[in-house]
Amino acid sequence: MSQKSKKLIDKKGLRLDGRKPDQLRPTKIEVGILANADGSAYIQQGKNKILAAVYGPREAHPKHLSLPDRARLKCRYHMAPFSVQERKSPAPSRREKELSKVIRESLEPSIFLEYYPRTSIDIFIEVLQADGGTRCASITAASLALADAGIPMRGLVAACAAGKIDDRIVLDLMDTEDKKGGADVPVALMSNLNAITLLQMDGILSFKEFEKAVNLALKGCMKIYALQTEALKAKYMNVKEAAKE
Amino acid sequence: MSSIVVRVKQKQIEQLIAKGKRLDGRGLTDYREIQIEQGVVERAEGSARVLLGKTEVLAGIKIEVGTPYPDTPNAGVLTVNAELVPLASPTFESGPPSENAIELARVVDRGIRESKAIDLEKLCIKASKKVFIVFVDVYVLNYDGNLIDASALAALAALLNTKMFNYELEEDDVKIKPGRTPLPIRKQPIAITCAKINGKLVVDPWLEEEQIMDARLTITTDDDGNICAIQKGGSGWFTSKQVLETAKIAKEKAKELRKKLVKA
Repeated sequence: MSQKSKKLIDKKGLRLDGRKPDQLRPTKIEVGILANADGSAYIQQGKNKILAAVYGPREAHPKHLSLPDRARLKCRYHMAPFSVQERKSPAPSRREKELSKVIRESLEPSIFLEYYPRTSIDIFIEVLQADGGTRCASITAASLALADAGIPMRGLVAACAAGKIDDRIVLDLMDTEDKKGGADVPVALMSNLNAITLLQMDGILSFKEFEKAVNLALKGCMKIYALQTEALKAKYMNVKEAAKE
Repeated sequence: MSSIVVRVKQKQIEQLIAKGKRLDGRGLTDYREIQIEQGVVERAEGSARVLLGKTEVLAGIKIEVGTPYPDTPNAGVLTVNAELVPLASPTFESGPPSENAIELARVVDRGIRESKAIDLEKLCIKASKKVFIVFVDVYVLNYDGNLIDASALAALAALLNTKMFNYELEEDDVKIKPGRTPLPIRKQPIAITCAKINGKLVVDPWLEEEQIMDARLTITTDDDGNICAIQKGGSGWFTSKQVLETAKIAKEKAKELRKKLVKA
């Protein structure tokens, strides 16, 4: 964390990209965009561009890793070498391995894995361009890809971060805000069960600030959830149109 | 993954927890007995062994001279690594670090880094050229649950035990001088983990509880009671009420643990 050389919130209370403290970045989501995958989704959240694909339920490889009573959920979060300022080595970093784990654990509670014993459900996430908050956007897209694959789910998981910049709690931090700001709290929510399925934090927050950040992030998740359902419906509207023709 | 024996016990563990009791006799917010022993490996610049019930973790600190990161030219470097050594559990295997080992190292790292526990700017020898690198290596020796708390505590105790070698700069060369000074430690971040079992929160889950828990939540707090790192793990979920309750428990328990650290 570096010194605050430049203010992240101006006198009018607007952020570097002109957003209000509780405003999401412009977000666009599309469902069912990869031909080969059983389910897929694409999300643009600010400058983040992320693809998620789901394969399965399918035969587990290697076989001895299959589970007798439920499907095994696998997840790979990966960043393209050109997705960041300095080229990132394509080999999975420790950060990517940790994120693959927490993303998998954020989606696991939403899936009826017990319906498909001995199989594997594989989630692949490719970050094409990163600008802060990629783990949240990845969860949002991956949950839609699971739904698109027709996998029975308890609900959609939507994710959004809140954080602290210039001593204020704001929603959906972009990269510069995350790096120069005081804290970042990514949260994933399965809203129909009020279930927080991902919660992380780095930085420094008092108990009060933390409570405020979690509540703001949860509000962000609800907004993202609305966008998710819209995107899912849009896909089936297209199918309907195509059927008419 | 839960073993069959634990699945058989699952109901018993859950029923006890519903009554506010636990299989090993503890209350829901009781920590296991903690023992901290510092300076156990003389070759290391600092070391500590932590026993948390039967969970045993050894942390060793090595300090080397290296180059700083380009974005922090005036600061030393902190590196945390964790090894789930195969001798610690029948479920640990040798080979490259597993997902669990990586997560463990990164959660311990986050607590130390975000609380700014080490005054890294004091570890700069020559800006943009030479700095000290602090290697924290966490070695799990016996696994009986709650590795995160035990490892974070061992890492902190080892850092508090660390003595830096004295040096002088002679034409860009670092020359070691006799004598040693303690590592500049400003904060004492303490990680506290709660497991959610059947809708109830229990502090410091041991192995059998970990194997049947829905999810865990680790909250690291500093001396001022501020939160500096959080990690949710496991394939279950928490409600926002449970999250805030865990934060309160973490703050209180961290105070208890910090007292033990001073004594050690």
